[in-house]
Amino acid sequence: MGIADRLIEDVGLRGGVSKLTPEQIQKTVNAVISGETGAKLKAYAETCMRCGLCAQACHFSQSHPDDPSYTPAAKVQATMGVLLKTGGKVSPEFIYGMAQLAYTECNLCRRCVHYCPIGIDTGYIMSTVRRICHKLGVTPQYIQDTAHSHSATFNQMWVKDDEWTDTLMWQEDEAREEFPGLRIPLDKEGADIYYSVIAPEPKFRTQLIYQAAAIMHAAGVDWTMPSEPGWDNSDMCMFTGDFEMMGRLKRKHFESAQKLKVKRIVMGECGHAFRSVYDMGNRWVAWKMYPVPVIHSIEFFWELMKQGKIKLAKKYPGPVTVHDPCNVVRGRGHHEKLRELVRFLVDGPIIETASNREHNICCTAGGGVINCGPPFKNVRLDGSKAKAEELRATGVKTIVAPCHNCHGGLEDTVHRYKLDMHIKFLGDIIYECMEKPS
Amino acid sequence: MNAAYEFVTGPLAWAAWGIFLLGSAWRLFSMYQLAKQKDAVSLSYMSLFYSMRSIVNWLIPFNALGWRKNPAMTVATFVFHICLLVAPIFLVAHVMLWDQSFGVSYVTIPDNVADIMTLVVIAACLFFAGRRIMQPEVRYITTPQDWVALVIVLAPFLTGFLAYHQLLDYDLMIILHVVAGEIMLAAIPFTRLSHMVFVAFTRAYMGSEFGGVRHARDW
Amino acid sequence: MHPPALWDWESGQRVILASMERPENVAWLEEYHISPDGERVAVLASLEEGGFTALVNGEAWENPFEKAWCPRFSPDGRFTAIVQQDGMWTLAVDGEAWEESFDFMWSTQFAPEGEAIAACIQSGGEYGLCIDGVTWETLYENASQCVLSADGKASAAVVQLAQLKPADIEAFKKGVYGVAVNGQSWDANFMNCWTPAFDAKGEHVAAQVRLNLYDYSIAVDGKTWNEIYGCVWEPRFNPATGKVVAPVRLNGRWGLAQDGQIIWEPRFGQCWQQIFSPDGKNIAAIVAPDFGKFTVAVNGKAWGVTFPVVTDLVICREGATVAALGCVDNADWQVLVNGRAWAGVWDMAWKPVISQVGGHVAAKVSKGKRQTIVVDGRAFAREFDQVFDPTFSPDGKKLLIRGIDKGSVVRIVADVAQA
Repeated sequence: MGIADRLIEDVGLRGGVSKLTPEQIQKTVNAVISGETGAKLKAYAETCMRCGLCAQACHFSQSHPDDPSYTPAAKVQATMGVLLKTGGKVSPEFIYGMAQLAYTECNLCRRCVHYCPIGIDTGYIMSTVRRICHKLGVTPQYIQDTAHSHSATFNQMWVKDDEWTDTLMWQEDEAREEFPGLRIPLDKEGADIYYSVIAPEPKFRTQLIYQAAAIMHAAGVDWTMPSEPGWDNSDMCMFTGDFEMMGRLKRKHFESAQKLKVKRIVMGECGHAFRSVYDMGNRWVAWKMYPVPVIHSIEFFWELMKQGKIKLAKKYPGPVTVHDPCNVVRGRGHHEKLRELVRFLVDGPIIETASNREHNICCTAGGGVINCGPPFKNVRLDGSKAKAEELRATGVKTIVAPCHNCHGGLEDTVHRYKLDMHIKFLGDIIYECMEKPS
Repeated sequence: MNAAYEFVTGPLAWAAWGIFLLGSAWRLFSMYQLAKQKDAVSLSYMSLFYSMRSIVNWLIPFNALGWRKNPAMTVATFVFHICLLVAPIFLVAHVMLWDQSFGVSYVTIPDNVADIMTLVVIAACLFFAGRRIMQPEVRYITTPQDWVALVIVLAPFLTGFLAYHQLLDYDLMIILHVVAGEIMLAAIPFTRLSHMVFVAFTRAYMGSEFGGVRHARDW
Repeated sequence: MHPPALWDWESGQRVILASMERPENVAWLEEYHISPDGERVAVLASLEEGGFTALVNGEAWENPFEKAWCPRFSPDGRFTAIVQQDGMWTLAVDGEAWEESFDFMWSTQFAPEGEAIAACIQSGGEYGLCIDGVTWETLYENASQCVLSADGKASAAVVQLAQLKPADIEAFKKGVYGVAVNGQSWDANFMNCWTPAFDAKGEHVAAQVRLNLYDYSIAVDGKTWNEIYGCVWEPRFNPATGKVVAPVRLNGRWGLAQDGQIIWEPRFGQCWQQIFSPDGKNIAAIVAPDFGKFTVAVNGKAWGVTFPVVTDLVICREGATVAALGCVDNADWQVLVNGRAWAGVWDMAWKPVISQVGGHVAAKVSKGKRQTIVVDGRAFAREFDQVFDPTFSPDGKKLLIRGIDKGSVVRIVADVAQA
């Protein structure tokens, strides 16, 4: 039992570990612990009473009821616990397991917060473990590649500067067939809204840009998109532990918006990027809160609804269930707005999963886990059993999930557990049901 | 025996209380210094309102998700902590000691109530021990330190119960009881029991982050 | 060249464009742009019959294009846009397209003190720069962050020196990025390069470099400083001494280093956007003395006034005046001058401008739907639907205000003393 019994070969982890020496490990571990952590980690390590309540919190342990090594406290003990106890005197092979555990068996979803009477932030501890892994050069290949893309192109999918603008123009052209006169205004100084997306949108999910443009157009919003890097709000470096790049990405993103003198940034339906702008990335830069307000799509669409700017030609046929993305719900309290909006859009009730709102169960894709790629797909899907069971129990066909990562994860989960459900973005539903100006 | 009793209720008691009070103060002070130096970013988000919101909500039984999902543990935890604090503080015999030594006297609880509370603490300790042995996810994460903490807490109550009922050698038992109590006091700042010192702050920090930044409940 | 000294500085107001009505053959008009001297106003227009043109002072360009975007005025008042013709992209300058065209073109750049115009190009999957219609001889796998020297005679960009296979993390770690100057790449390659910058004469280039995943430094003409740091930001050349100064991070705190030697001790939570007075004797930078508190430091000494966010730092010729903007929640903006915040609080403020003589400061600001200019702390008497950044006359006595109001574009020259 434990991570050592379930190691999976990964080019990034193996390559990183092969270069390590025990001395280097010890030096790096202690440099991070003494240089970058303090009272928080110390108090957490000392006051965890090993009560085991967190076992029920974690979808990984719920999905592996016979294996206590998935308990959050056990995962901490198997990683940071060992580092603290040994003063970093651990073997390269230990680092392999530690990295695999930290990157693929914890979504940093923070559900365990609702179970820990002490108030221990396991997500923070796991992030710190990842930070150490990053500093040791032991990161899964695919998420590391994403981090490389961030550093080279300021987006997570190696989208080149021309490809970005070209894609926006292409979507604008397409949308003009349906909405004559529609614009995706590029670099419009002083616009009310700066619309930012994550790189998978121009790369694979261009219909999301199309839909966003259609909604902005129909709602008569004064908006813009930047033509130069900074447009991608995503941040896998936050999840690899490359905090320097995390800060660089946030600086680029916000300076891009500040340069255009926009009032607010609206971000597409993404979860982790949101965490990065209000919770983690901004802090590395020394901004206490985001320097330009960032409005998640849930809140933005909710505002448009309240202002009567979205008019529906029909309602989407329900019932539906709602998946609460951790980083916008437990991370930012948008669950009621999400439900108000869904009730407005859907004809029929919302059938809640057993765990909902702040208490949601993670899609098991978040925290960079899905970005660790094919080698760990089964780890992820085995871990999403608990989620699948809650979804199945709703008996509905539609899951509304306002987050890209959740979509990716839930699509796989629906397929693996034969749930016969489909997953919708809010933008999908609004676009499908709204009155379309001609 | 008398000399031993004098010693454990005299110099040793002073030492235990000294270690407990000064040790706790020192732990708090040094932890705060460390936080200011290394966790200044986190400190800047501390909010009294959200700290209290979190603390209060977690002090209500069955309010937090974790409590609701674990009724037995919730009951055990709450009654354990209440009895753990109330029984020794308001026990007639203890108040008499304060009175004899310092002329300080205050309200007490009837001995039979204290007796039941003592049994509750012992029962809760057994329950916790049972979880550590029987429940796989708790057994898996249990370390020797956790057993040490449990035994340290159990000992003064067990010895106190035995002494009160004069079940074994009373003179020996009362000395063991005093020593066990003193060990517990002295251990608070330096073992898992230090959660008594720190829990308000870890809870407050989590409450501040969830209330002020994340706009969500942390219970 | 068309320097401000040659502009019309006669006090008074002139209407540049009396009617902003959409002509009949135009489907929609995009955003208005105005030349630095305020004499020409231009807007891209989508034509009813398809295609795009530009209207400059109401007059359409001679030939329309399939598409047009990235409208910008050059410092000397030429109106440019990136245009598509026969499916290929090029740059149109006052309606005249360059002869060369490309698969894509973006990021038009102007030499601050010259006439050169450049843009990034992609041709057949290769990337580089095109300056005044002449493309770099060598093109690359990718090129970004392009920059021109002050006189426009030299250009540089971060380039990718080799193709990367998908998810090839080892190849990336070997370093496939470099800086190309006038199309010629440095001999050195790095894991990452960012923000190349020229010295005043356009002879040297400095850039941020990442040597491996953790070690950052500055490279000048391809040669890396001996010192490594936890992180760095944009290097800039001292215009007088030619020394390179960059923000550097050591033990989690930021300071400034010059040619590898610390000149501002790393004691800030943040430090960036350092600027020099033209005489090179003064350095100012945006800094955060404490977490969440930003201000400006001049020669290492931080101002007392702090804001959650500080932006748009400027410094005057002799360094006697330093100005920036501070804001709360991107909503309550104030102009900061020499350590003091002006009283006015605005919904938005734009980069302050400082007169070359006299130390006057002016900035565009907005409140609600109206915009105006503040000069030395006082709001200009008139508000506009839209106003553009103000410009001081070379003697610092006059202020050029370019605005749009009540359906016309006006050019106002005001006396600074009375503005």
